[in-house]
Amino acid sequence: MSCRCVSRFLNYFQRGGMKLELSKVVQGCRLGVLIGIGKTGQHSLELPGCLLYTRCATVPHLTQDTLHTLTYLPAGAQVALDGLAEHHEVLEEFKEGVRKFAGLHDTALFCSLHDPATNCPTGHVTNKTVSVWGSGGRIEMTAARFIAMQAVIQPDCYQSMADGETWQTNTSRKRVHKAVNRTLAHLDECLTLHHKTPQLKHTEVFGVVEGGDILEERVRSARETAKRPVAGFVLDGFQSAAMEQELRGQLITAVTAELPVEKPRMLQGVGRPDEVIACVEAGVDLFEGFFPFQVTERGCALCFDYNVTPDPEAAALSPPTVLELNGERPAVEDPKQNDVGNTGTMTQFEINLKDIRYREDFRPLVEGCGCYCCKNHHRAYVHHLLVTSELLAGVLLMLHNTAHYLGFFRALREAISHERLQDFKTTVTKVDFGGRKQLH
Amino acid sequence: MNKVFKMAAAASATRAAPSDMAAAKTAASAASLALHVLAECPVSKARACVLKLPHGAVNTPVFMPVGTQGTLKGVTVAQLEELGCQICLGNTYHLGMRPGPELIEKANGLHGFMNWKRNLLTDSGGFQMVSLVELSEVTEEGVMFRSPYDGREILLTPEQSIAIQNSLGSDIIMQLDDVVSSTVTGPRVEEAMRRSIRWLDRCAAANKNPHRQNLFAIIQGGLNAELRKACLDEMTKRDVPGFAIGGLSGGEEKDDFWKMVTLSTDHLPRGKPRYLMGVGYAVDLVVCVALGCDMFDCVFPTRTARFGSALVPWGSLQLKQKQYAKDFQPIDPECQCATCKRHSRAYLHALFKSDTAAMHHITVHNICYQLTLMRSVRDSIIEQRFPEFVRSFMKRMFPSSEQYPSWAEDALASVNITLD
Repeated sequence: MSCRCVSRFLNYFQRGGMKLELSKVVQGCRLGVLIGIGKTGQHSLELPGCLLYTRCATVPHLTQDTLHTLTYLPAGAQVALDGLAEHHEVLEEFKEGVRKFAGLHDTALFCSLHDPATNCPTGHVTNKTVSVWGSGGRIEMTAARFIAMQAVIQPDCYQSMADGETWQTNTSRKRVHKAVNRTLAHLDECLTLHHKTPQLKHTEVFGVVEGGDILEERVRSARETAKRPVAGFVLDGFQSAAMEQELRGQLITAVTAELPVEKPRMLQGVGRPDEVIACVEAGVDLFEGFFPFQVTERGCALCFDYNVTPDPEAAALSPPTVLELNGERPAVEDPKQNDVGNTGTMTQFEINLKDIRYREDFRPLVEGCGCYCCKNHHRAYVHHLLVTSELLAGVLLMLHNTAHYLGFFRALREAISHERLQDFKTTVTKVDFGGRKQLH
Repeated sequence: MNKVFKMAAAASATRAAPSDMAAAKTAASAASLALHVLAECPVSKARACVLKLPHGAVNTPVFMPVGTQGTLKGVTVAQLEELGCQICLGNTYHLGMRPGPELIEKANGLHGFMNWKRNLLTDSGGFQMVSLVELSEVTEEGVMFRSPYDGREILLTPEQSIAIQNSLGSDIIMQLDDVVSSTVTGPRVEEAMRRSIRWLDRCAAANKNPHRQNLFAIIQGGLNAELRKACLDEMTKRDVPGFAIGGLSGGEEKDDFWKMVTLSTDHLPRGKPRYLMGVGYAVDLVVCVALGCDMFDCVFPTRTARFGSALVPWGSLQLKQKQYAKDFQPIDPECQCATCKRHSRAYLHALFKSDTAAMHHITVHNICYQLTLMRSVRDSIIEQRFPEFVRSFMKRMFPSSEQYPSWAEDALASVNITLD
């Protein structure tokens, strides 16, 4: 990762403590490191990357003991206002922010508006407010309340208030236009309040790009947001359920073209490995880590191959993939049906461990995987835990799926670094539906 | 002087015990268990032992957490090891149904299936059949029940219970007993007791692995002292590696309960472990250690954890209650578990609304509480200060001595421990 000269030049324009050091741009993919995150600038995130997904500031199913069996954790975790808003008073009294309140490890925190793995009812955004849903129902927030919330959560970055209700099909042009305007107005108000709030002195704000599926609105939203003093951008309304990857790719490419190169772009609601790669090619840097959680909740284990063989000749001799060994036919899935709201539908990247075929399968979830689950248990055991609805199933699957997903992002960065992106894409998406690997 | 003598006597008795046992045994005996009595309380019947089992030593008195279906509710085996657990339970009924003994045998027994390197104890499966399955009928042959999964009629005989437990490969296996509710009276109690003796003999004959699986007899006889005594007389004639006190902890009066426990320990051989089944409340544990029991199991600490109840030396905290929403202390500031070192009551209260990890945190804490309690009990016995330990334990547990349960006072008084 050389080419630091570009980034040094870019850093000159960077505001605040957070800096994006880009080392390489290949086929639209940006390889770099986001440094100087946190109060003392102690955290850095490798890009393209993903955040650790949490609910109420806990990685689902995991205690700190089990979480730290993972040898590699990203430096950033995501918390969402949905789960935290109802604890406003408690956090206010606690005074030291949600990271300390939750006993989280030393990690940077990004606070988003909504939990990407929970369905959020629509129809509640007004000119002055947005709403989030916690365990006790809807909580409506003005910009003042929103900023007060951030002041007690004390994240390192947060996304500004936004009207993100334009992802449904058949949203009118007028409604999309209004959403863009509202989101800009929310951002201005949030920024004004942000600078008056001493607790947020070291916190960065990400502006939100809206615009539904209308190109001009997307471009307008990006341009206007880029004029504001934000540290980075959140691309909203592109969730897997909302649109085809082709359109998503086109819109994101148009949006990122309007955004300053020296600021990070985070995409919400997209987590499938194939879609992640396509969005990285369109210029996205950062993703939410909810995908392994959804895979876990449906009793599945990520098993796709992401190792690009260094020598193309060796590729022909490489061991068969998991799917090949099982002669398995993964559920073919229409991306439009991938419902972000709940556990989603099974993808080609995973195996369903509830399936009877794993009853006597004494192999690890993925051969060679170094996660706690694969090192200690076999598929037959996880199958048993799933059919008996045992809580440990969620723990073991969450460990494996998180490890696998983070491994995928590491391999993606390697592939960009070594200019092997095409091979990487082929490897990740190579499953053909006869269960055999397509050799290239 | 007196104490030193007592300790030395206990130690020499320990050394003598195996040869005594060997003398009492037939040449064919192949138990893979050895109990070393390290110390006995000079006042009460409490004792501290080391129980050597195929998968390592177990320090007693011991509480054994219950991992019903080959997993301890959301806790990994690494966490359980970290907590210092030396033995845990699996349930034969559940594991026999799913995934079934054949599969577990293929996975190198329950140890291999769940990847637990330490000791396991499995029950006979009889208790669950009587308690969980409505359609069960007990005959001399065995327990007939209908599978809740496919409706098939299944007969569980003593031989089959042992065969399943042989497949599971647990270090301690339990005889199939004829369980009647502790509140039942009349001829059915005697019938069940006599049948349990006959079934013990069938179980002993059926055990394929006596060299690595230790069969425990289960003393029955309900709340009737004569029947208990008769059962003890018969069962202690058999050369079994250990004894369990069964048929209690099922809703009977505590006054009846402790009397049956103490009667049993009075007649059980000193050189063999005594396992009191289904007991797990802190006060019950401490009192029954005083009455001479070594081993205990109960689902309570782990089940109650999942409902948000955290065990503490002064009782329990219902963490879902609103009063903990802004309580930033750990569950127990003196507790050394991973949960207490990192999380507050307020955070656990909040987390209960969104994730199962809240349950795991409290499960870890509650297991730690139980194991720590038993370690403290054991240390006090070894250091010959068990009666003082009991007094301070009770003082901490109850706001005032007026609140001491009278059964506990009576039980402790019966073994010469008076409370302040």
